[in-house]
Amino acid sequence: MKTDQETNNPVGLSRRFFVQSGAATVAGLVLGFHLPANPMRRAEAFAATGPTEGKAPQAAKLNTWLRIAPDGLITIYVAKSEMGQGIFTAMPMLIAEELEADWSRIQVEPAPSDAEFNYTGAPFEITGGSTSVRSTWEILQRIGATARHMLIAAAAKQWGVPAESCRAERGQIVHAASGRKAGFGELTAAAAALPADAIPKEPKLKAPSEYKLVGKPMKRLDTPAKVSGKPLFGIDVVVPEMRYAAVRHSPVFGGECSNFEALAKGMPAGTSLVKVTGGIVVVADSWFTAKTAAAGLDAKWTKGATTGLSSKDIEKKLRTAAGGKKLPVAASKGEPDKVLRTAKVKVEAEYSTPFLAHTPMEPLNCTAHVRPDGIELWVGTQSHTLTKMLVSMATKVPQEQVIVHTTYLGGGFGRRAENDVMLQAIEASKAVGKPVKLIWSREEDVQHDFYRPASLVKMRAGLGADGLPVAFTASIASPSIMQRWTMFGGLPKSGIDMTTIEGLADMKYECPNQHIAAAVVDTGVPVGFWRSVGSSHNAFYVESFIDELAHAAKQDPYKYRRALLEKSHPRFVKVLDTVARMAKWETPPAEGRHRGIAIAESFGSIVAEVAEVSVSADGQPTVHKVWVAVDCGRYVNPDTVIAQMESGVVYGLSAALRGQITLRNGRVEQSNFHDYTMLAPHEMPEVAVEIVESGEAPGGVGEPGTPPIAPAVTNALFAATGKRIRTLPISSHKLTGGKKS
Amino acid sequence: MAQNLKVNGKDVTVEAEPGTPLLWVLREKLGLLGTKFGCGQGMCGACTVHIDGAAVRSCLMPVAAVSGEVTTIEGLSSDNSHPVQRAWIEADAPQCGYCQSGQIMACAAMLKARPQPTDADISAAMTNLCRCGTYGRIRKAVKLAIDLNSEEKA
Repeated sequence: MKTDQETNNPVGLSRRFFVQSGAATVAGLVLGFHLPANPMRRAEAFAATGPTEGKAPQAAKLNTWLRIAPDGLITIYVAKSEMGQGIFTAMPMLIAEELEADWSRIQVEPAPSDAEFNYTGAPFEITGGSTSVRSTWEILQRIGATARHMLIAAAAKQWGVPAESCRAERGQIVHAASGRKAGFGELTAAAAALPADAIPKEPKLKAPSEYKLVGKPMKRLDTPAKVSGKPLFGIDVVVPEMRYAAVRHSPVFGGECSNFEALAKGMPAGTSLVKVTGGIVVVADSWFTAKTAAAGLDAKWTKGATTGLSSKDIEKKLRTAAGGKKLPVAASKGEPDKVLRTAKVKVEAEYSTPFLAHTPMEPLNCTAHVRPDGIELWVGTQSHTLTKMLVSMATKVPQEQVIVHTTYLGGGFGRRAENDVMLQAIEASKAVGKPVKLIWSREEDVQHDFYRPASLVKMRAGLGADGLPVAFTASIASPSIMQRWTMFGGLPKSGIDMTTIEGLADMKYECPNQHIAAAVVDTGVPVGFWRSVGSSHNAFYVESFIDELAHAAKQDPYKYRRALLEKSHPRFVKVLDTVARMAKWETPPAEGRHRGIAIAESFGSIVAEVAEVSVSADGQPTVHKVWVAVDCGRYVNPDTVIAQMESGVVYGLSAALRGQITLRNGRVEQSNFHDYTMLAPHEMPEVAVEIVESGEAPGGVGEPGTPPIAPAVTNALFAATGKRIRTLPISSHKLTGGKKS
Repeated sequence: MAQNLKVNGKDVTVEAEPGTPLLWVLREKLGLLGTKFGCGQGMCGACTVHIDGAAVRSCLMPVAAVSGEVTTIEGLSSDNSHPVQRAWIEADAPQCGYCQSGQIMACAAMLKARPQPTDADISAAMTNLCRCGTYGRIRKAVKLAIDLNSEEKA
């Protein structure tokens, strides 16, 4: 079995995807670091080097994240997945900064799926939780700095001068006193031949004031390829002798095909039918043939977990559970019940949000080749190493015999953290003895997702004489995401799924008496990580309810929030003040326009948003403008931060306005973009983003833009119409024409 | 069944059922992978190509019904030199990038028909969906493309 690194590009994909072989890349400095598993993130790094033998960075199976070729071309291997969030630019920026590389000579490739490439020493590397940059920041800096030190040492040795008298500058080592210069490429052989003790254990990192790239807006490295039509995505993979496959799932969750044998016998020539968990797969010589054949089969299905279930039933289940006594407690302080009994002003409300599908633009797909010597996969996955682990567990093929080639992802949003499509493609390839590219139709994608869980929360608050809350309680009921993810620990003994309560139990508003409880409700509908996860609903709950409290207290929603954050959360206050200034909150909006505000912390970043809306005479809402203030701590590429805020707003806005997955008779009612709609271009609001400079530890940016948008819009709609929207989507409510401001 | 097509300036004959959508013929028979499958129902525009210069959603277009010359993103330029591609690079529009071939083809067709489009023309022509929410940058890129396109013609 070839290793990942030895596998040549068989697919006519751009060569960027796969490590090149051949004379042109024989030599060069290959920098590998071995990071012991413990302690995970602050491991002692040491480098090993050596000329490569043509194939690839293979030096002692080290995690070789960086290669400098004799022609000066620098290849950076990234063990995280690029799904639009810009890490294939931001992560190389951190290395290039410390290396003093010439940015125009950088290329990026996805790292092989060998665990040695994992940054943290953990058994797998996942692209999720908005962690890519913040979790690897220091490691990437050290990789760059170590290489710089070695190139300087090599030059100094060659020139017979002290290393301290040399410096690195834009891809060259310079000895100022003598005017000597050498390009990185010219020094790679000498650097690779340095003795092991020349590799610094603690390379000196630059001071932030010396940064030339980090913190500056940089163009994305992947843009030229993405406007050229080059094959970059999993769906574009072509393998010799490849067959095409389409899947058809049981209409209800958990059902199985009950007449498979009969169907399989009747398949037309040139097609095959394969049974997979929860469905059937047709393999043919073209995808359209496979899909058409699958649709035409008179498949019968067994009952499943959701048979007979409708959204109304689920809502009832959630409501009963949220109203239950003695629920697992997520957070508690003071005596909220007692205080509530005597509070002068009490506010009570029930909120809920629906299941949501991810619908990345690139339909799910995987190309699998099952051979006697192992399994090879080409797939856009949010975790190639986790895919490898799970495939190994499911197939009993040892991990060393599983290769996963990661392509670019045509959107992920959490959906591509799942591995269902990979296992189906493997089954299909095994059955037909050929490589198979399995592609899901959009209908299968919408109807067989791992959805953002539906949830329902009951909240109560009591206000003091000053109008500020003295007691707050919340009971939330939701299906559990973590229950299924046993490798992340599953559902803990406490019965609290952290993804259900994030952004709720850790609410930052000052309130002396609080009680937050959470119930797990199993509905049979598969649930998973959806961009911003629990914060996607909890920000809507908390930020709508706090708005209700502000109005109950007859106070300005911005100033009310500010008063509740002022004492202990200066970063929040600064973000709030920034967005209020941007939106000119204190100045009334134009005639017919109305504003709402919301703030949420998620994934280490604080984001506040103001939405400006209008409502037409026939009740149609329009979001005209969104202002976003973000404190994400230290950041690498400000243009990416801005792009991700814009993206997060649109993703959240699509959901807030019209997004819902509903069940009828056990099956999902929506099926494609006509009834599971995303924001269309003409609906795009103007989005203004400002980064609040805090210099704090880096936070994520892929997800934090999403949580505040739904409440910012519904709070604005309240200002417009006087109607408080407590369930999403907004389209499920009849709005009356907007009042004049 | 043999189907005759003219794609990116070349005459080609492919074996395909007459009802097969053009999208799948381009991708699977001709290896032109820049044209994307998104919804299969003509709603998202990821599959946009030109037929005789006009934008067409190829996922619903039976190959046998294609009568004009087909241009795909690969036929726009071989080196990203088309004004629309240059504009997209300048605006750094893509995120995941999956919908961008279709967006670029929609814009290129619009500029061919209307080199100086009004905002209403742009809204009418640029209806392709983007799940990453790059609409703001696409709008910026379209404006740049109008300028680059007229400079090229001048």
